[in-house]
Amino acid sequence: MLGKCGLFFTSYRGEAQVFQSCFQKLMVGLLILALLAAPFALNVYMTSVMNLIFIAVIGAVSLNLLTGVCGQISLGHGAFIGVGAYVAGQCTLHGVPFLLAILAAGLITAMVGMVFGVPSLRLKGIYLAIATLAAQLVLEYVFLHGGELTGGSNGLLLEPPNILGFSFDSEARMYFLLFFFAAAALLVVSNIMRTKYGRAFISIRDFYLSAEIVGVNLFWYKLVAFGVSSFMAGVAGGLWAHYTGYISGEQFNIGLSISYLAMIIIGGMGSVIGSVFGAIFVVLLPEVLNMLANGLGGFFPDISHYLVALREGVFGMVLILFLVFEPEGLAHRWRLIKAYWKLYPFAH
Amino acid sequence: MEYYLQLFINGLVVGSIYSLVALGFVIIYKATKVVNFAQGELVMVGAYICFSLTVQFHIPFVWAFVLTLAFSVLLGLAIERMVLRPLIGEEHISVIMVTIGMSSVLKSLVQLFWGTQIRVYPQVLPSEPFVIAGLPIAPVYIAAFVLSGVLFAIFSAFFKYSRIGIAMRATAFDQQAAQSMGIGIKNIFAMSWCIACIVSAVGGVILGNINGINSQLGHLGLKVFPAVILGGLDSLLGAALGGLIIGVLENVCDGAARQLLGLGGFREVAAFVILVVILMIKPYGLFGTKEIERV
Repeated sequence: MLGKCGLFFTSYRGEAQVFQSCFQKLMVGLLILALLAAPFALNVYMTSVMNLIFIAVIGAVSLNLLTGVCGQISLGHGAFIGVGAYVAGQCTLHGVPFLLAILAAGLITAMVGMVFGVPSLRLKGIYLAIATLAAQLVLEYVFLHGGELTGGSNGLLLEPPNILGFSFDSEARMYFLLFFFAAAALLVVSNIMRTKYGRAFISIRDFYLSAEIVGVNLFWYKLVAFGVSSFMAGVAGGLWAHYTGYISGEQFNIGLSISYLAMIIIGGMGSVIGSVFGAIFVVLLPEVLNMLANGLGGFFPDISHYLVALREGVFGMVLILFLVFEPEGLAHRWRLIKAYWKLYPFAH
Repeated sequence: MEYYLQLFINGLVVGSIYSLVALGFVIIYKATKVVNFAQGELVMVGAYICFSLTVQFHIPFVWAFVLTLAFSVLLGLAIERMVLRPLIGEEHISVIMVTIGMSSVLKSLVQLFWGTQIRVYPQVLPSEPFVIAGLPIAPVYIAAFVLSGVLFAIFSAFFKYSRIGIAMRATAFDQQAAQSMGIGIKNIFAMSWCIACIVSAVGGVILGNINGINSQLGHLGLKVFPAVILGGLDSLLGAALGGLIIGVLENVCDGAARQLLGLGGFREVAAFVILVVILMIKPYGLFGTKEIERV
């Protein structure tokens, strides 16, 4: 564990706490207050970007649990999110209450994820990556050719979420709902990481043979990792579907899986705070590019024409640069920054 | 029956393209253990370079082809030096993601330079079809088939007999042992990327002659996975056969699904359904090296 300088523990409980120092608790409390107050200060556009970030955080942290913590590469996360979206959408269309629909989305996606996770016992590394790639493409086909169930290429139209008669029909109302779910997802994953299961996941990632020798049942723990991760992906999908109010198969293509993988790589593999940074980074990247393009539109009138291609190129470039120059991601940079300010103005 | 025979022949032609692309993939994997998700984009870049030289710069096709190959060598060197070398020894996922990032960059460059519409190559080969077993087959298809066969033979011989080929195999087997025998690992890596780029460019040029090219050509790279998994990730023969088999199965399954079940667009996933089945039954493929771990 990364211990902090000047922080002593007299019990194992103390060492395993999510927030260890009073200062940390204070800062997290202030951050939560600031985030709760934010929609009153932000305009509609900025609130919508925040909402997208919250959904991305849920997806990224769930993928990070599977890939970053347990070491099982998944190229099918986007499709799992899609499964959640369709299940939640069909449930609410058939009159199931929103929260139950989200729960159903999570459970069914967990089952789908576990089915595709079964080969992970036999397959490792790139074989697993290719198997999950196959899962992604097969599920994509099902989304587009699922007939009544998925609405085919027309997709499904949904009402905004409604809990006990209260309709979350504006960006600001959605903000609180999504904030709640994102915070819950972060809390769940942080807590999983300090239980027996979390330690088992880490041991599988570090070396599966040693893990098995010390008594970790590889099949069970890998399956649980797929299940929990897919459950949260399903929840993210259900929320996303009801947030945008429209589901179509193209949303959940391989590009989505790649952008979630990019989030955890840019943020930092196996780090909860890294998932948050990665999600923020990847969601903001196209928005910033749009803004730049608008700003430069006066000088280069054709720039909007190239924007789609540019966006993809910049995305790929950022991914490569992070992998080459900052393989531990923004979480590592964040640790360095904290260490710097802790000792400021002395270097050591 | 004739319907299925036609599908079979089409499958062989498509499959020979898959074989070529798979060949590039396997060469990289064999020497460097890098899983290249940008293989389809390398094909696309090769195809666009050759297109641009012949159509936009009016260079005769043969010279354009040679220049394309030269460019591919440079591209391979650049990719290896700038992107892959810093990641030597990193985890699988980092290497996979860096090739995915590379595929995004290459795709976006192609779109920036040439746009997204379909481009058509000038006619190089005659267009009257040969008739084989009562079926008309365009000369381009035969050229594709023959060329991939020839390239496969050349590279098989290269890996078996030439000094560099043997050094590459040694590197693939054990990098440290190879290095201590005086093999420059970095040169081997660079060389394998060059070869892969060349093979991909050839595939791209053939494909351009058959169908024309557009910026979605990179999707072809995903089709490589069923082929190489079927053949075994590190086997050249496996790549060649795997490509052909996947091409045929894909076309026949698509035809059958269309005729018997009325399902459209099954071609896109047929290969991946097959892939899942192979992974379940025989994960190291027909000719791949089994990884045996003893504790």
